[in-house]
Amino acid sequence: MKSAVILFPGSNREGDVARAIAGICGTKPNIVWHADSELPPGTDLVVLPGGFSYGDYLRCGAIAARAGIMPAVHAHAAKGGLVLGICNGFQILCESGLLPGVLVRNARLRFICREALLRVERIDTPFTRRYAKNAIVRFPVAHGEGNYTADAETLRRLEGDGRVIFRYVTASGQRDDEQVLNGAANSIAGIASEKLNVLGLMPHPENHVDPLLGSTDGRPLFESLASVLERA
Amino acid sequence: MIPNEPKITPELVAEHGLKPDEYERILKLIGREPSFTELGIFSAMWNEHCSYKSSRLHLRGLPTKAPWVIQGPGENAGVIDIGDGLAAVFKMESHNHPSYIEPYQGAGTGVGGILRDVFTMGARPIAALNALRFGDPTHPRTRHLVGGVVAGIGGYGNSFGVPTVGGLVGFHTRYDGNCLVNAMAVGLAEADKIFYAKATGVGLPVVYLGSKTGRDGIHGATMASAEFGEGAEEKRPTVQVGDPFAEKLLLEACLEIMAAGCVVAIQDMGAAGLTCSAVEMGAKGDLGIELNLDNVPCREAGMSAYEMMLSESQERMLMVIAPGKEEQAEAIFRKWGLDFAIVGHTTDTLRFVVKHKGEVVADLPIKELGDEAPLYDRPWTETPRQQRIDPASLSISATVPGALERLIGSPDFASKRWIWEQYDHLILNNTVQRPGGDAAVVRVEDGPRALALTTDVTPRYCEADPFEGGKQAVAECWRNITAVGARPLALTDNLNFGNPEKPEIMGQLVGCIRGIAEAARALDFPVVSGNVSLYNETFGRAILPTPTIGGVGVLTDVEKMATLAFKDSGETILVIGATTGWLGQSAFLYEILNREDGAPPPVDLALERKHGDFVRALIDEGLVTAVHDVSDGGLLVALAEMAMASGIGATLIGPPAGMNPHAFWFGEDQARYVVTTASAKSAILKRAEAAGIPIAKLGSTGGDRLNLPGERPIIVDALRERHEAWLPIYMGAGRM
Repeated sequence: MKSAVILFPGSNREGDVARAIAGICGTKPNIVWHADSELPPGTDLVVLPGGFSYGDYLRCGAIAARAGIMPAVHAHAAKGGLVLGICNGFQILCESGLLPGVLVRNARLRFICREALLRVERIDTPFTRRYAKNAIVRFPVAHGEGNYTADAETLRRLEGDGRVIFRYVTASGQRDDEQVLNGAANSIAGIASEKLNVLGLMPHPENHVDPLLGSTDGRPLFESLASVLERA
Repeated sequence: MIPNEPKITPELVAEHGLKPDEYERILKLIGREPSFTELGIFSAMWNEHCSYKSSRLHLRGLPTKAPWVIQGPGENAGVIDIGDGLAAVFKMESHNHPSYIEPYQGAGTGVGGILRDVFTMGARPIAALNALRFGDPTHPRTRHLVGGVVAGIGGYGNSFGVPTVGGLVGFHTRYDGNCLVNAMAVGLAEADKIFYAKATGVGLPVVYLGSKTGRDGIHGATMASAEFGEGAEEKRPTVQVGDPFAEKLLLEACLEIMAAGCVVAIQDMGAAGLTCSAVEMGAKGDLGIELNLDNVPCREAGMSAYEMMLSESQERMLMVIAPGKEEQAEAIFRKWGLDFAIVGHTTDTLRFVVKHKGEVVADLPIKELGDEAPLYDRPWTETPRQQRIDPASLSISATVPGALERLIGSPDFASKRWIWEQYDHLILNNTVQRPGGDAAVVRVEDGPRALALTTDVTPRYCEADPFEGGKQAVAECWRNITAVGARPLALTDNLNFGNPEKPEIMGQLVGCIRGIAEAARALDFPVVSGNVSLYNETFGRAILPTPTIGGVGVLTDVEKMATLAFKDSGETILVIGATTGWLGQSAFLYEILNREDGAPPPVDLALERKHGDFVRALIDEGLVTAVHDVSDGGLLVALAEMAMASGIGATLIGPPAGMNPHAFWFGEDQARYVVTTASAKSAILKRAEAAGIPIAKLGSTGGDRLNLPGERPIIVDALRERHEAWLPIYMGAGRM
């Protein structure tokens, strides 16, 4: 499998996700500079990593969404290529129109770094096929603006089409929109595009891949990608 | 002829924080009246913050060497060898005064400054820590400061991309007018690829890199060298504004041009900005520096030479570039979208010459600017000793469980989760031990090596007995590193005190430094970097003497790391080290009896070393399941923390006959650890006995409560709820 991690000025989790991919999928990703206009030939998976692209001084992800490399990312997605956006990467996907909705300030207006419980809402996607059905997983979050919001019609469509892939749940495994850690609508932590080839999520699966660091719940996400792409 | 506008008057000299005799010294040194720009340069170089004029004499007594020390004090940060050809680069620095005036930016730029110190030496930052002290929670400014400082630290570190893995937070009314923000950064470099400030080679370009120069932070270091009085808020313009995004770009660009072999010398522009960095590079290399300010990238038009020389705009670096490498270096900086400008060159004149618009605005002897800074042997008086407190003399109405519940929910002991959850402590995927343990543990690259990191000090002890307090701060830091199984290697000290012109304050500084020196020597734990922050006073009231110690240790195999949580039911709990019931200056006395008196617990450094080495060996051999150092709050607080971290209770054995139970459970005798063991109890007891180390069985783990003989049981979950409740409620944020 051939993957590319896009490096924007201010990205800071590109190393974490590259390390997870290299360790789990067996091949090191290419680190692609934001100002380039083409992806390396044969790229199967594009990753937009976490961080604070351009300082996030404007709306998060708004400037990165207009970076030189983004037309190539759009073209890759349009061909059905896989795109994974984590945290700032999810924000960039929303700002670039590859995913609907927007991520705004956390409801309590503070940055949160904490482990969150998520339910994997469907496992028939290239990102989740190695999870058990309805699995409850623990990924850390680390964001100040992870509060997913969209208009009612968009939310209805996302839910109707089954495009909510990860949802925050409480310790008892239940969805509780009142208590959700960042205020996200419908407790949404991650959503996919219509064809399920573009996934954006706020939590960090790449930070839970090593038992020494407390959990390996993130591994199946990368194992899923590897299994889908291993022939490639 | 150097133009002089405005005219130098005694008032202007005083506004620059220079005393009349210091101004006389300037006149004698240069043989003429200084220009306005030169006066600004002297004020920047000779203030307390940059010159260490009150502390330098005493700092010489600190041990700074060990076979593993690559670079001790005097550079941007200390450097130690951690094995495998790698080095840890670290330092702690205060940003107290600016944080009180403008907490978000003050704390944020404190983090930015210390990160820059670390990557200036060629190291990539891998962890950040801090030590924060705030006033009494009821003081009207405290909540605002806590919120702003925490958001500022998080805002900077999170965006820059360094995990903030540990620290300490305390409250006391003596910090009402001066909060303390001490920030520590730790970086990783190849041991043979460290970069220094020392310039070499004549006629080489001096290059300015990073953000543009603005009018922010002018006289920041001078402001930080004075007491607060009326109108401290009016000093807000002296606080710099941070841009972590620019710093992140600067980090990547600097490491890239270092790797490309472009850099001869490098110095970040921190306190006193362009002035201090240029003088330091020249003076260290026995070279002169000539700057042409026309080339300095400025944020706004019309900045004067004076303003450019004194600006403390953040995220800037000064470098001497290797011959023929200018183009390559510039290309790298342009790629990262940063300013790159040749602003001068090295000379063989040993003069610091500054030109602006075709005129010479400063021409000073470069060595003397640093070397001839005033050095004071300020008068000092010894802090009067206090009597040992006899527990029998105390009238205590609180029960032991009641006292524990109050302590565990008090501002100093309450969980700081509300704070550290605002810091990204997981980025870089190496945080093996997260905030809340004895020390943070950060894996080095892919392991198995790891660093153990902590910050410690007990200001109450330092106030009562500066020498013992200084010793204790080092010993506790060493103990915390030991308690996770690591070998302590070196420390950085951040000495926060009041006005050194007062003999009793100077006595605190001298006493604490002596205590630190004695402990560092006895524990083979040298001081490799540090910072002094004086004049932490408002309306003549000083802070508690607070010499914060930041320690670094190494674990050769991170898999062997110990944590403090109980692991299972039915395990034996042991305490290593003698318990005499020392209540003087204890948290129990302060929180429960509202007293801050008595002699603090003495620190026997030989015992510290002996007990610590014993515990480390037990961890290394896998004989213990949980380890926790015993510090303020004593045995019962330590046990409660182990229970709360695991949800497992314990049935405990009471004090030996004749010992006051409060003194037994809450006394703060030093050199103690609580450990648990599943099956090695007799082996451990035998070894301790053979080594002559006091050890006692405290009880065994199990159940969901702490059972003390003759007392009502303490439910662990309820205790944890109290522990977690205080800070979120105080900050008005509910339970989340």
